[in-house]
Amino acid sequence: MKTFPGGVHPHDFKHFSKQAGIETPPLPGKVAIPLSQHIGAPAKPVVKKGDEVLAGQLIAEAGGFVSIPMHASISGKVTRIGPFAHPGGAILPAIEITGDGEDNWVDLPEDPDWQSLDAAEIKKRIAAAGVCGMGGAGFPTHVKLSPPADKPIDTVILNGVECEPYLTSDYRVMLERSEDILAGLRLIMKALDAKRGYIGIEANKPDAIKQMRTLVKSEPNIKVVGLKLKYPQGAEKQLIYACTKRKVPNKGGLPMAVGVVVQNVGTAVAVYEAVRWRKPLVQRVITVTGSVVKTPKNFNARVGTLYSHLLEHAGGATADIGKVISGGPMMGFAISTLDTPMAKTSSGIVIMGIKEAQKDTEYTCLRCGRCVDICPLNLVPSMIARNVRYEDWDAADKAGCMDCMKCGGCAYVCPSHIKLIQWIDIGKNKIGQLRREAADKTKEKQG
Amino acid sequence: MRNTFAVSASPHLHDKAGVASVMWQVAIALTPALIVSVVLFGYRALTLTMLGIVAAVITEALIQKLRRVEVCITDGSAVVTGMLVAFNLNVASPWWLPVVGSVFAIAIGKQVFGGLGHNPMNPALLARAFMVASWPTLMTAGFTPTKFGSINGLSEAVKAQLPDAITGATPLTVAKALRDTTQVSHDVAVNVINNLADANVISDLFWGNVGGVFGEVSAAALLLGAAWLAYKHIIGWRIPISYIGTVFVLVWAFGGVDGMFSASVFLPLFHIFAGGLILGAFFMATDMVTSPVTKNGRIWFGIGCGLLTVVIRLVGGYPEGVSYSILLMNIFVPLIDRWTMPKPFGEVKA
Repeated sequence: MKTFPGGVHPHDFKHFSKQAGIETPPLPGKVAIPLSQHIGAPAKPVVKKGDEVLAGQLIAEAGGFVSIPMHASISGKVTRIGPFAHPGGAILPAIEITGDGEDNWVDLPEDPDWQSLDAAEIKKRIAAAGVCGMGGAGFPTHVKLSPPADKPIDTVILNGVECEPYLTSDYRVMLERSEDILAGLRLIMKALDAKRGYIGIEANKPDAIKQMRTLVKSEPNIKVVGLKLKYPQGAEKQLIYACTKRKVPNKGGLPMAVGVVVQNVGTAVAVYEAVRWRKPLVQRVITVTGSVVKTPKNFNARVGTLYSHLLEHAGGATADIGKVISGGPMMGFAISTLDTPMAKTSSGIVIMGIKEAQKDTEYTCLRCGRCVDICPLNLVPSMIARNVRYEDWDAADKAGCMDCMKCGGCAYVCPSHIKLIQWIDIGKNKIGQLRREAADKTKEKQG
Repeated sequence: MRNTFAVSASPHLHDKAGVASVMWQVAIALTPALIVSVVLFGYRALTLTMLGIVAAVITEALIQKLRRVEVCITDGSAVVTGMLVAFNLNVASPWWLPVVGSVFAIAIGKQVFGGLGHNPMNPALLARAFMVASWPTLMTAGFTPTKFGSINGLSEAVKAQLPDAITGATPLTVAKALRDTTQVSHDVAVNVINNLADANVISDLFWGNVGGVFGEVSAAALLLGAAWLAYKHIIGWRIPISYIGTVFVLVWAFGGVDGMFSASVFLPLFHIFAGGLILGAFFMATDMVTSPVTKNGRIWFGIGCGLLTVVIRLVGGYPEGVSYSILLMNIFVPLIDRWTMPKPFGEVKA
């Protein structure tokens, strides 16, 4: 079975929610739609307080090429535009819509010719629907589909790995919407003029692998790749390596450098809907799970729905809550309030009890080298963290601080419980700041 | 329902292993060798080990109190150090020797540098070097045969060819003397070296039926513990295999007295199972604090240890070189780490 070098084996905790079929929760009374749900410039509001909106109506336009527009996810009235809790843990601007309870939608007529559109039109519709990568990072999809002319793409990989423990949203989408995923993949391949398509799925989802395989039997250029159960199998560079043996260059290199584009399976469904019905991305499947959730669910929920609403309809908590994680437990954000809205990138929330959330004491580094053994990017995490601790930014940079993708494998295995990702994050911020300052200085000199 | 949630950096899951579990696993892995030494040399082996452990733990606690840092004697690291110090002793040692050794190991070998994780050299080996320098006779002479009567595995017929002074010596001392032409004639040396590579001798060395410091005589018991540590992912293959592999190749090449590759291909087995190589390669060179963190660095570290061990055993002044070679390589660890920084995944020239 294919995989990548390094990696860790956390228990996958998927049993809580993997049997729960996708369900639509009751319509939320209000939603808060963040203007930043993606990598790039925030969207710019085109509505004002008091405006009546329909579900699917444009409420904020893209703030640039690397940006996406936002649409209302329920019908109702705009009641506030301002700071709101954000699923990334910060406080960021959002548009709050109080619902009228009617769920009136804009017209979404089917385009009968959707299968014969050209690449430019496909990309236009994807951009207009506000689609971004739904695996977590949220890179605008139309940008990924518009590589420069000197970087031809020959391979598209759909990411159905879902290597984060607990989460099962991609898994349920693969079981319940496999044909739509395939339709989305064909559209993405057409938009890029790519010859080959792969769908990468981790070995702990054998039924999804089987179902997708049956579906692509008659497709000579699409292959389902079963991948070894190992974290972070679903990280972009690791997935590309496992499927194609190509290595994406470090120091900020992108998959297009090796002729590959990776999209999440959920994104493929959004692409399919955007092209066939011009349907904007206003709902997605999100897992609500954890040891203290009464009935863990996979919800098809509206973007902007508050986590408190989702938890309530998953039966609530059976014990005191210790930690709420927006996303998966390896790379997700611990948030301080359940009144946080879900975004287009929200694949799940994990609710932990008091005991699970307890902090471990940090010991000194034993130099055991476990972090070095497992780092999928072949870095020396302990050395980066030590350099950051002593504020030796140059050494931290040289040790590969900026290359780290923060998968968290090192901190997971560290017997001294050193918060390696926290140190590396501090390093990334500081080194980024120093680089920007240096760039400004050079500009000043030249100007 | 509570409304305050813990907020921390990712990841929010953690592997079960902690510092204490790692250290206690090492202590467990050393237990088979301790049991075998009690069988071979009697309860005094256990008494000396207990004295070493108690002295190490008390010293650790006292110094941590003095330094006003958290007392963490329950993490098991002092217990392991105490065990390893005692394992380096002759079973006939006086009771105070493991005590002095353990106090030195913890105080000078570890705590002066800042405690666990900060010591540049293996504390137990440093203590051994200190004891050998201070009480050379107690540390290197007067070894007794095991309860089964063997001291070096050689048959009476072979012993009869040797000078009296070394017939009752431990295997490595015999091997050393054979390379000294003033003590042993060339023909006798060739003959006895071939006998050292004999199946009976190697079997005695493997099971531990030879004289020597009590913790390292039984390769079998140590290997059992090492297998446990490997299974628990506490030690990796890189250091022990490169260390022992280097010893194998070098002894094969230079172990004979008639030029390169003149010795039997089984002579390396004698050198691997004799003395402290198994204990050193699996339990001391692999000490995580004092070995390289990079994967290639660990291989170079093992090769360096092997090279120095063979040089000391075949050319140097001592019969045994494991402890000095590991200590010397410990000093090179920061340099090795720097020279062997791994290439990041997808490395491009900037």
